[in-house]
Formats: sequence, C-alpha cells, structure tokens
Amino acid sequence: MKPAIHAFLEQGRPDEGAIDAFLRSHGFPLVEGGRATFVFRGHADAVNLRHWIYGLESSQPFERAYDTDLWFHVHEMPPGSRVEYKLEVIRNGHHEWIRDPFNPHLAHDPFGANSVAQGEGYARPAWSLPDPETRTGRLEELWLTETPFGEPRRVTMYLPARFRPSRRYPLLVVHDGGDYLRYAALKEVLDNLIHRLEVAPLIAALTHPGDRLVEYPDDPRHSTMIANELLPELERLYPLMPDARNRCLMGASFGAVASLATAWRHPGKFGRLLLQSGSFAFTDIGHHKRGPAFDRVVEFVNAFREAPGRPSERVYLSCGMYESLIYENRSLVPLLQTTGMGVRYEWVRDGHNWENWRDRLQSGLSWLFPGPLWMVYE
Amino acid sequence: MTLGVLLGPQRLAPTIDQELSRWGIPGQLATITAGWQEREAEDDELQEFLGHRCVNLRLHARSDDVFGRDPELFQAHRAKQDTLRHLQDLYRGRLAHALDAARELAQAPAPSDLVEAEREAAVLALRLVDKQHLARTRKVQRQFELTYHPASRPAVDEHYRELRSILGECFALLIAGGHVASLLNRMRLFQLDTLLASLPRPLPVFAWSAGAMAITERVVLFHDSPPQGPGNAELLGHGLGLLPGIVVLPHARRRLRLDDRERVSLFARRFKPDRCVALDEGDRAVWNGREWSAGPSTRQLLPSGDVECIADLPESKEPVAQEARS
Repeated sequence: MKPAIHAFLEQGRPDEGAIDAFLRSHGFPLVEGGRATFVFRGHADAVNLRHWIYGLESSQPFERAYDTDLWFHVHEMPPGSRVEYKLEVIRNGHHEWIRDPFNPHLAHDPFGANSVAQGEGYARPAWSLPDPETRTGRLEELWLTETPFGEPRRVTMYLPARFRPSRRYPLLVVHDGGDYLRYAALKEVLDNLIHRLEVAPLIAALTHPGDRLVEYPDDPRHSTMIANELLPELERLYPLMPDARNRCLMGASFGAVASLATAWRHPGKFGRLLLQSGSFAFTDIGHHKRGPAFDRVVEFVNAFREAPGRPSERVYLSCGMYESLIYENRSLVPLLQTTGMGVRYEWVRDGHNWENWRDRLQSGLSWLFPGPLWMVYE
Repeated sequence: MTLGVLLGPQRLAPTIDQELSRWGIPGQLATITAGWQEREAEDDELQEFLGHRCVNLRLHARSDDVFGRDPELFQAHRAKQDTLRHLQDLYRGRLAHALDAARELAQAPAPSDLVEAEREAAVLALRLVDKQHLARTRKVQRQFELTYHPASRPAVDEHYRELRSILGECFALLIAGGHVASLLNRMRLFQLDTLLASLPRPLPVFAWSAGAMAITERVVLFHDSPPQGPGNAELLGHGLGLLPGIVVLPHARRRLRLDDRERVSLFARRFKPDRCVALDEGDRAVWNGREWSAGPSTRQLLPSGDVECIADLPESKEPVAQEARS
C-alpha cells in the first residue's frame, strides 16, 4: 500500500490549508504497516532524521514537498520496533537537533530526552505504569561507610509491599539503581510485578556508582565492594534468603559488565544474573576500535571468553537489535551455554536505552525470581 | 472422609452457600483461610456471605505463634523448606527435558507402529520423574517429622487441642484458596488429617481452589502461559490425601490452554489414573466416601486431548466410580 504522504502529494502541490488538514488528520510519525512517515514543517534548508539504529546510516534526509514548508521522510519500521530519534534542522549553515514537535512520545535518559517512534504492535507494557490497585513497596537509604574506593557509597533499598522482617527475601543488586528508578520505572515495575504475583517479593539494593566507566569494567575494588562488603551488610540488616540462587546481580550496558565481572570474580555467590545490552566488547585478534573506555572491558571479556568458569547458575541476557552491541551479546550466548548455566536470551527491535531495559524486566525477573503466581489459586 | 465437596473459585460468583444448603449443613462452620497468608484474618466478606457463622481456625497466625515460641522447630522448618525449594528447582530441570522429549515425540513424523511405543515410553519417563520427586519430597517431610516430632512439641500440641475442641463444635470445615504451599504447610503442621480423623463424628469438608488442591493426594502446580516461560505443570508434592483419585485444576479456563489437544492429552496421560478435573466458577466435584460425582458443567481433561463434561462421558455416568490406581 502506498504511504499516505505519497497519495497526498500525488494530488499536486498542496496549499497551506491542505497541508494543515493533512497534518491534523494523522498522528506522526505515521505508522503504516512496516513503514513510518516522519514530517517537519517550517523553514529549513535541509532536514535529517537522526536515529539510533545501528546498521543504517544514522542520518536520513527528508524530502521537501514541492516548494512548500512541509518536509517528510518515509522510513522502514518493522512491527514491534521502538526507535529513538531527533530531527536535524539545517538553516543558514546552522545545524540544530530537536525533538519531533509532532510526536508526544519521549524517552528520557541521563543526557536528556529523545523522540520515540513506535512500530505497529508496540505498546508500553501495562505493568510498567503506576497502577492504583497495586500495593507499593518503599525505598530507604543506606550508606556503606567503608568501601575499597575510600569513600562512603549510597545504596537505595527497595522493600516490597507487606514487607515482614520474619520472612526471608531474595536479593536483587541493581547497578545504576538511580537511573533504573528514574528512566526505567523500576519501582513501579517491581511493585506491579510483585503485586501480580509474577515476581517473588524481593529486596533490591540499588547502587549508585562513582565513575562507572572506571569502576564497572572488572575493577576488583567494585566486585569486592559488592561481594564482600555490601552483601554481608545487607545480610546483617535485612532478612535475606541465604543461598546464591536467591541473589541476583543486574545491570545494563557497563552495568552488565560489572555484574558479570563481579559474579566471575566471586563464583558461587550470585546464582542469578540479569544482563541488559551488556557492553561485552572483545577481540579475537588485534585492537578494538571502541575507544579507551573500552580497554578494560575488552581485557575482561577476552579473559572471560578464555576461562569463563561457571560464575552463576542462571543468566538472563537481552539486547536490542538496533544496538551496535547486538553482535557481542549474540556471541556471548553460546559461550555462556557451554558453562552449564541456564541461559535465556531475548533480542528485540529496540536500541540501547532505558525503555528497552524497562520493557524486558518482566521476562527477566519473572524467570530469575518467579513469583507465587504458580502457587496461588484464589 | 464421608463427604468432601470441591468447588471452583468462590471470589466472584460464590456457590458455597448453595452447597451448604444442598447438604443441609446447619450451625457453626470452621474455616481455614491460611492460604491468604498474612491476610488470613481478613475474612469479613466470607463471614458476611455465610451469615456470620464461621470460626476461623487462624492456622497462619497459630503457626507464627508456634514458631515464635519454639525457635528450634522454626529453624528446622525453615531448613526443610529450603531443601524442598532446592529439590523443586532440580526436579524442574529434569522435568523440562522429559516434557520436551514427550512433546517432540508427539510431533515426530514417523510411522505410528514405530513411534507409538516411543511416545508411551516418553510419558512413562515423565511419570517416573514425577514419582521420584514425590518420593523425595515425602522423604524430606518424614525426616523432618522423625527428627523434630512437631506433633509432640508443646506449642503445637496446645493449638492442636484447641483446634480439636473448636472443630468438635462445628458442622463442617471450609477451606479457602490462596497460596497452596503455605496452606498445605499450615494444615500439615497442625496435622489436619489426624485431627479430622480423631473427631467423634465425621466432619464434611468443603474446599475450593488451593484448598481443594491441598486435600487431594497430589498437588499439581500449573499455568500454561506464565510470564517466565514454558509453563510446565509440576508436582509440588503430596497433598493431605483426604480425597482420592483426583487432580484438581482450579481456574483451568484461565490457566490452561484447553484448546491445545496435545497439551491436554499429555497432561491427562501423565497423571492418570487420577482424573484431571477442571474446577472453574460454578463447578463442583463431590466425594461421598466411596465414589465421585460431578456437577453438570464440571469438565475433565482426557487422554484423547478432549476436555469433556464429566457427566457426558459415556464411561462415567454420575456417580463417577473411583478407578483402580496403579
């Protein structure tokens, strides 16, 4: 089927009123089957779609509709996709990146916000939204006063609804906990999934890093802090299940590297790993091209590939197909499987962003810590 | 037991009042809502619905009391539960492979004279995995009882006597649903089976959802489409065994893919000779001490892959005779 924008323009040069009517009668980006039409209206010398899809040219030029101020671009958008983007508007040699004024969907991250195009069939999971029916857990702050970094570290603790000190709970250690709370709605997600009985009531320790690019890629100080200082302190303060299969390390991007590296350095301590879009860069020969921040990552991943051992019991791994890291993550799966660990992986039409990581939490957490849904028959 | 009535879920369209009337149960009723765990005491709706004639046995609160007064028993119980959870994980791993084999063979494109025997063998292997898990969980439970003698601990005994006295003044016992393992543990701690058998007159039992599951011989956990994966039905372990020859499946319409003939068939063959009975809203299955009968809408999963109303089955006109167990 012909995109609506093409059918519209085939009728000849539209006047102002016709353009207004066309734009009013559709939402944009306009998703039609496997395509999405992006539009921009205004004075410009050129307009580009700047997206974060690895494998495609990151800049896609818009066409101008005749000599009007309407610009458009039709882009492939496979069903279920989520694509973050901005519009690059060029005027008088000046390049400006803006969020799409026609698109209300935004994705936030520590660097700001991007517009998000949602392919056919994508909907934000209901369990990631606040639900008035859901009983909510609570957050409290904890300080690790002595750490290998020579400075105290803040940890935000999540305690589930109906927390009872006489019960025991699994432990989820979340790298970049503050970002997970802010950008991946982690508290709402935990509240909802626990309320729906899909995830076991658990205690989460949300860590806040110092310089994550230094601490996360297999820095022994980090893994020592998590395994030998944070864990005993949490066991002292909270009613935790005593065994490895009730302890999970979780993280995204460099946080996934930190999780795997910590488990690798302390095998038998963390029986569950949830690794999202891990920055698992490696080389088979020669030097990598990802920049100095990845030097230690590559060193670690190469060493891990050489001697993976059996760092955990069960690993959930996810990555977006539109990320540059998809190759590394896909490569890791067969290696993890050879270790005898239970491995589950999920590749999705999404990018390296917090909403992708949010959307995977149901399948990851419910597999690692299945809730009593299985046990409850009301 | 002379009368056991198993009902479908009671939350949205309760039928327990009609059922009590049908059997002419007068007066005071004992209730167990321990499956609701910490919310055990929040039984106002049930009380109101049944005319405020229920005495809640508060097994959850009683077990908390026992564990508070007897730390040794508490620690031992906790350790036993850890072992059982670990066993369940290990069993789940074997089970997944056995089920994969059975499903693969069910679809294997081979001449039926060759593949049938293999399919049968795969189901037998599955039943063996289940049987071994039952034996292991029973052994753990027995070991706990032999080592710690929960029945003769003063704190348990005190509650046991009190419960016996309450039950002696009631005309029926009602067991609600909820968390089936938690419910079963509490009933087991206070030896509900022994308790009922010790009463001077038999007490009819009405149970629904998890309550119904817990008093049968084998407790099967099931959900064909859970968020975490394939949804392989698994045995939790032995139930209290008050009612024979039945595997109870509450909320079957919601939790099972009853239109998937292959899954239904495998389920029924795996647990035979027990009848796999769906207990949805309005359904009922009744044990009269000798045989089973079923309500008109109550359905059974069949080895053929069909799900049929029990009353319509040619081989099982009401009452449903108890089959010989292998």
